[in-house]
Amino acid sequence: MFSRDNWKEIFETIQKNKLRTFLSGFTVALGILIFVVLFGFGNGLINTFDEFFSDDATNTFFIFPGRTSMPYKGYKSNRQIEFDNSDLADIKKNFAMFTQYVSPRIDRNKLVKYKNESNNYDTRAVSSAYQFAEKTIMMKGRYLNREDIKNKTKYVVIGRLVEQDLFGAEESVGKYIDVAGSVFKVIGVFQDDAGDDEERRMYLPYTTRQLIEKNTDKINQIVVGFKPEIGYAGAMAFDASLDKFLRDKKYISPKDQNGIYIRNVADQLKQNQQFAGVLQMIVGLVAFGTIIAGIIGISNIMVFVVKERTKELGIRKAIGATPKAIIGTILLESVFITTISGLGGMLVGIAILSSLGEKLKDYFITNPYINLGAAIFATAVLIIFGALAGYIPARRAARIKPIVALRDD
Amino acid sequence: MGSNSLHVLKGINFTAESGELVAIMGSSGSGKSTLLNILGMLDEADSGEYTLDGVPIKNLNETKAAKYRNKFLGFVFQSFNLINYKSALENVALPLYYQRIPRKERQERAMKYLEQVGLKEWATHLPNELSGGQKQRVAIARAMAAEPKVLLADEPTGALDSTTSYEVMDLLQKINDLGNTILVVTHENDIAHMCKRIIYLKDGVIVKDEKVKQVRASEYV
Repeated sequence: MFSRDNWKEIFETIQKNKLRTFLSGFTVALGILIFVVLFGFGNGLINTFDEFFSDDATNTFFIFPGRTSMPYKGYKSNRQIEFDNSDLADIKKNFAMFTQYVSPRIDRNKLVKYKNESNNYDTRAVSSAYQFAEKTIMMKGRYLNREDIKNKTKYVVIGRLVEQDLFGAEESVGKYIDVAGSVFKVIGVFQDDAGDDEERRMYLPYTTRQLIEKNTDKINQIVVGFKPEIGYAGAMAFDASLDKFLRDKKYISPKDQNGIYIRNVADQLKQNQQFAGVLQMIVGLVAFGTIIAGIIGISNIMVFVVKERTKELGIRKAIGATPKAIIGTILLESVFITTISGLGGMLVGIAILSSLGEKLKDYFITNPYINLGAAIFATAVLIIFGALAGYIPARRAARIKPIVALRDD
Repeated sequence: MGSNSLHVLKGINFTAESGELVAIMGSSGSGKSTLLNILGMLDEADSGEYTLDGVPIKNLNETKAAKYRNKFLGFVFQSFNLINYKSALENVALPLYYQRIPRKERQERAMKYLEQVGLKEWATHLPNELSGGQKQRVAIARAMAAEPKVLLADEPTGALDSTTSYEVMDLLQKINDLGNTILVVTHENDIAHMCKRIIYLKDGVIVKDEKVKQVRASEYV
């Protein structure tokens, strides 16, 4: 069935029936092309999505103090809740089992100067562990460490764009800058995936800030990193008991929506993953539909092709073609065309996807791609169904009496 | 098909010897084409016996019928039935393809038969580049290529003018002269008289079966 002679016969038939070949090939190629591109776009959407949400660590709670909205245990409503250093210590002590690190966060917008350059920046006073929460990446120098916190050093870690603004091409590490009247030494430069705003920040020890601010022990927010191994359920339980602990300590009603707020990234993460999952499902469904449409398309064409060839098949039978030879010829031809054009469509689709890269980022599609396995699987499915779609009418044609087939015009 | 059955042939009994050139004559509807189709295994008789070259032809499945057709029979149709996207040479070589004869030998043998029908120069032409007479000659070459026991021609001149018809008959006569058995279905008297024996059919029965003096078609060409 696969002799060179048969192939030659098939090539001749294909060559001399260009429209037919083009029609069936085009259907398959287009089906696979659309499948690959759609699937790739779906993955691109998910990429964009991941990029939006995975810039910060996901094993993190952010605790924000608020203003109470109901009286509780003798305290009046509308009371501003404040955190201080003792809260940090208490969380560490009471939740040692769950916590990986605890860091305060005190944000101030300050005028920063170096030589003739000056600008307002978001200066963020934190502890050394805060690096984990933001997934800050050091480009040069180092991040704040425990010694800096203990000794209340006047060190600062600046963002990539801060360095660009203030220092230009000059080396920044080791230089001194003026932050709202105090002189700080630059000990490192960082970058951050989340973009320009993040990279226009600078980090300094929270103890230093507290010292500058009249030796206060107040802090703005608390960031708690929990141990990833406690899992989603553990994180949710930790969240609840942390909330209860702080409400007890600060005398906030358990029903008060405003006194305190814990932003639980784990919860968000789960939602995001669900959203991404739904997205993937929709894309999968659309891609599946495309393949089905492709199968229907190729089936129609095969029925048409066999119908069109009825008389020819009759002639072939009259001069001695066996039913097997008839079916073999039609099948081999259809499998050959679908394979070549399917692979062609697949390669063009992959080429389109890889040429796009970040060009469609404005439409939330980043680095669209398809894994080769999925692409080949879809192509194989189309080839198999193309063959099946060819087989059924071919078998029918092979069964028609030659005299009937010859009468067909 | 099949829902309206009609008895076309109602008892036909005859034997054709090897090397005969037989015309089956009759008006349209007399059953001559049906007879030829049964002889050609393109159609099946409801009852009766058919022996070809000592082999009883019965209970044929499609595969077996195809093999017998390929080995024993060559067809010439009124409407030529050439495959329109294949060249004259490829058309002639096609029965040999189904005999699994290697390509090169196929081409050589096909060329030999094309030469015999005088169309060697037209080997690479497609059927639609040929005249009706040329097409029929290609079809005859194709029927001969498999070297069949019997050549069956169904109104071979039905679509041709008189001059071309005589050319085709001249060719068939020459092939017959070489010892090949040929059955020709026709409704034209002059064509029938170019054969050696005429079987007259009417309403599905043989009304007359006679040997005739062959008129050589070359006299008219």
